[in-house]
Amino acid sequence: MAVVPDAPARSIAPGERRLDLAAVLKEAAIAGLIALALGFFIIGLKTDTVPGGLALKGRWDWVAIAVAVVVAGRLAIALRRQMRPQAASARREEIANRIADGVKTFARYAGPALVVMAVAFPLTPFANRYYVDIATLVLTYIMLGWGLNVVVGLAGLLDLGYVAFYAIGAYSFALLAIHLDWGFWVALPFAGCCAALLGVLLGFPVLRLRGDYLAIVTLAFGEMIRIILLNWYHVTRGPDGLSDIPRPSFFGLEFARSPEEGVETFHTFFGLDYQSLHRIVFLYYVILALALVTNFFTLRIRKLPIGRAWEALREDEIACRSLGINPTNTKLTAFAIGAMFGGFAGAFFATRQGFISPESFTFIESAVILAIVVLGGMGSQIGVVIAAVLLIGGTEVLRELEEFRMLAFGAAMVAIMVWRPRGLLAHRDPTVRLHQAGAGGGSPP
Amino acid sequence: MEYFTQQLINGVTLGSIYGLIAIGYTMVYGIIGMINFAHGDIFMIGAFIALISFLVLGLAGITFVPLALLIVLVVAMMFTSIYGWAVERLAYRPLRGSFRLAPLISAIGMSIFLQNYVQLLQGARVKPLPPVVQGGFTVMERGDFTVIVSYLQIVIVVVTVVLMGAFSMLIARTSLGRAQRACEQDRVMAGLLGINVDRTISLTFVTGAALAAVAGLMFVIYYGVIDFYIGFVAGIKAFTAAVLGGIGSLPGAMLGGILIGLIETFWSAYFTIEYKDVAAFSILVLVLIFRPNGLLGSPEIEKV
Amino acid sequence: MSAAWTMETAGAGDWPAAPSGAGALLSVEHLTMRFGGLIAVEDVSFVAGKSEITAIIGPNGAGKTTVFNCLTGFYKPTVGRLALDRGERAFLLERMDDFRIAQHARVARTFQNIRLFPAMSVLENLIVAQHNRLMRASGFTVAGLIGFGGYRAAEREAVELARHWLAKVGLIAAADTNAGGLPYGAQRRLEIARAMCTRPVLLCLDEPAAGLNPRETAELSDLVVSIRDQERIGVLLIEHDMGVVMGIADHIIVLDYGRKISDGTPEAVRADPTVVKAYLGEDDPDLPDPPGGRDGGGG
Repeated sequence: MAVVPDAPARSIAPGERRLDLAAVLKEAAIAGLIALALGFFIIGLKTDTVPGGLALKGRWDWVAIAVAVVVAGRLAIALRRQMRPQAASARREEIANRIADGVKTFARYAGPALVVMAVAFPLTPFANRYYVDIATLVLTYIMLGWGLNVVVGLAGLLDLGYVAFYAIGAYSFALLAIHLDWGFWVALPFAGCCAALLGVLLGFPVLRLRGDYLAIVTLAFGEMIRIILLNWYHVTRGPDGLSDIPRPSFFGLEFARSPEEGVETFHTFFGLDYQSLHRIVFLYYVILALALVTNFFTLRIRKLPIGRAWEALREDEIACRSLGINPTNTKLTAFAIGAMFGGFAGAFFATRQGFISPESFTFIESAVILAIVVLGGMGSQIGVVIAAVLLIGGTEVLRELEEFRMLAFGAAMVAIMVWRPRGLLAHRDPTVRLHQAGAGGGSPP
Repeated sequence: MEYFTQQLINGVTLGSIYGLIAIGYTMVYGIIGMINFAHGDIFMIGAFIALISFLVLGLAGITFVPLALLIVLVVAMMFTSIYGWAVERLAYRPLRGSFRLAPLISAIGMSIFLQNYVQLLQGARVKPLPPVVQGGFTVMERGDFTVIVSYLQIVIVVVTVVLMGAFSMLIARTSLGRAQRACEQDRVMAGLLGINVDRTISLTFVTGAALAAVAGLMFVIYYGVIDFYIGFVAGIKAFTAAVLGGIGSLPGAMLGGILIGLIETFWSAYFTIEYKDVAAFSILVLVLIFRPNGLLGSPEIEKV
Repeated sequence: MSAAWTMETAGAGDWPAAPSGAGALLSVEHLTMRFGGLIAVEDVSFVAGKSEITAIIGPNGAGKTTVFNCLTGFYKPTVGRLALDRGERAFLLERMDDFRIAQHARVARTFQNIRLFPAMSVLENLIVAQHNRLMRASGFTVAGLIGFGGYRAAEREAVELARHWLAKVGLIAAADTNAGGLPYGAQRRLEIARAMCTRPVLLCLDEPAAGLNPRETAELSDLVVSIRDQERIGVLLIEHDMGVVMGIADHIIVLDYGRKISDGTPEAVRADPTVVKAYLGEDDPDLPDPPGGRDGGGG
């Protein structure tokens, strides 16, 4: 379970303590040397852009710190491994499982409570524009996470190009709104359908590929879509993007300070002073509604045959074939539905920002959404929520550390995979039970 | 005709670079059956190490080009190999028994980490390098179009050929090569027969990284400018090359690399340069759909 | 699939007539499977009947699982006709995709290396087996989402069928636990129960007794016999355990190096010198007699 290289195996009787200082020091020294080699060029010698080219600056203090940290860390790990009985890591695993179980039970009962809290949130006194905005962003990623969860978590199809559906949803909505004057609610289903259609088109040729290949191909697709959006100036206005995307209205009431002719505004209708906060809060409720629909849909579909077929396909495709399940159709359905929700989220993104450009739809977005799904525990709804709150909310709040955000993402992905490959909340509840819950059920430790 | 020939020369040169990176992909896939997503970023790190080494040599006053090239080659290979080793050790070895998506996700995380690691420590701006190898000679001339083969292009192709030759001999003749081939066929059995599987796999990553470092060095002296993001696109294209040539096949990787280099160069020359990446990606998709074993690969029969 | 085949010397004339009783359910004619230069199965023909247990035996590498894979669509036979007669409909299996064979022709199978859905519960494994029926009942998901249609009732029915089979294999108590956590013998039984939940007309069992202790083996034999008697379906069985084979098979086919070398009742096969030679090797006059005499016997 350790993240770091292991020392030669030695059998220690439980409770026995033996300290082989020489071996521990040697281990730490080697780790230090490796850290030195790794950091020598990249950390130690900084290239600065100066007129005429590049200049080099030595940063040996940083190297020294890095090496020291590695040596100290390695010492600590080696010492602890030597001093503690072997059962420690197994116990840690069980504690982690117990916590996960606890969160799951909590989610079952607190889920509805959380929803109520989310609904009430903007009406609380400390919900200013900043916090509602962050909450809207987090909810967008939660919805994207839930959408990708259908593809990756349930069906086990590693899609690295999910951002393509997000983009298509955004662009199709924007184009419909700008050129055909369609309102948000009318165009939303079309955006979803466009994305789903793209999902079927992209999915059909490649879904029979094995996991790794499928991942790379979907990544390539995502990049191709982005390049096309960037270069097809005629339709998408390329890097300039599409602007003046209309905002959604509340049953025909606009959220504007001074409306056009013949259009009623929200604040005049309800007799309130105009506040830009109104629109922000309305957008928050829109994404909350969309996200809840996604969640409801997913929870429901897990209990339907197609949902179980997805999970079975993820477990063993050959066994599925032997049971008469058509793998291609099943996978395509997952792909299309995941794409559809991505499209809905994209349409929302477009209407919230009012402006979209290909810059918002890079591979990094796909990676972030994947990180949310994976870290939360593939297939777990509440896990996605927790991961999104931590990753998106956390880094928004810690704005000064923006630069380190992606670095932390990458490191976190590696760390979680090594520690708990099935994600934080990987425990799965069966969708249908023979006995009552709690009587002879539950999964073995 | 002249234009065509020039593009041909350019394409082969670019293809050599892709081929060197592709070998790393194909070897790792052959031995542990996973795509090393971070391999493109190892190439990028090799390029940075090469760049910095050149700057150091310049400051130290070593300007004799062949010597400088040799030193940077060795240094870059050595230090990048350590990165290759470390990545395998930290992100892949712990997951060797795990379900199949875990190492891939870990690799993606590693790739993001490496990119941002370099970006944070070296800055996000592009890094230029003054030309190291200059000059060339004319192959043919007609009207105002001259077909030139630069010395640099010759260096790249020659180094690639030499390395390929050395490497093939390594795989075919030495015990390391045998151990590697054994692990590719049946890892468990190889272990039972006394082959140190962990070490063989580590060495595979190390050699792949070394070759990627050479590619990085070539890249930096050929194009003269690098940034932390070059690994991403080059990685996908090199992986396409590996698949095109037949994943698991070394000559296939080289062949695939040359082909991708040619396709990309000709596409940019005769059609449009904006969509050249789309062309490369499309090749990937088409190959995987219609001929997943590539040109030189052998079909995989899954045991039911 | 080309229908050109040659009548080989070791053709149909040498064996006893097809077993009487129930009509032929499965008719395999001149099945040949080539992988490049390797011939895994060569010109194998046999007949398997309804309400019968047909065992396919032979030394390792004889091509038994290859025959199964051809029958269940995981390989496309190079040459051959695989006709399944379900009474109201007949199917040519060599032309069908694997999942269609399971879905339409109703041929179910288990695997040499158990293939369950480990992260799903025992019950869910059996529900997934009834996928196609449930899909129709849920209106291909759409109706199920909205809440229309008889999906609830169909799911209850599916659970009942699952319960029936769980009782038969003794896994009722473990119904809600993860399939991956079951002990080996239980996993084997679960795989058979799952195959039966697809309501097949032909059940193909690939080495179901592998790795089982004598008590479990006896339970397995009883289970297979009860499947034949109560469900009245055909059972094809690959097995190495001669006790099981001789005990429950109605009809045995022996393969060696991809060819059929014997075909008949257990008694006939047991006494067939070709079979003895294949299993025990050529008689060497310089070696002492094997225990039990030179006639060789099963086991």
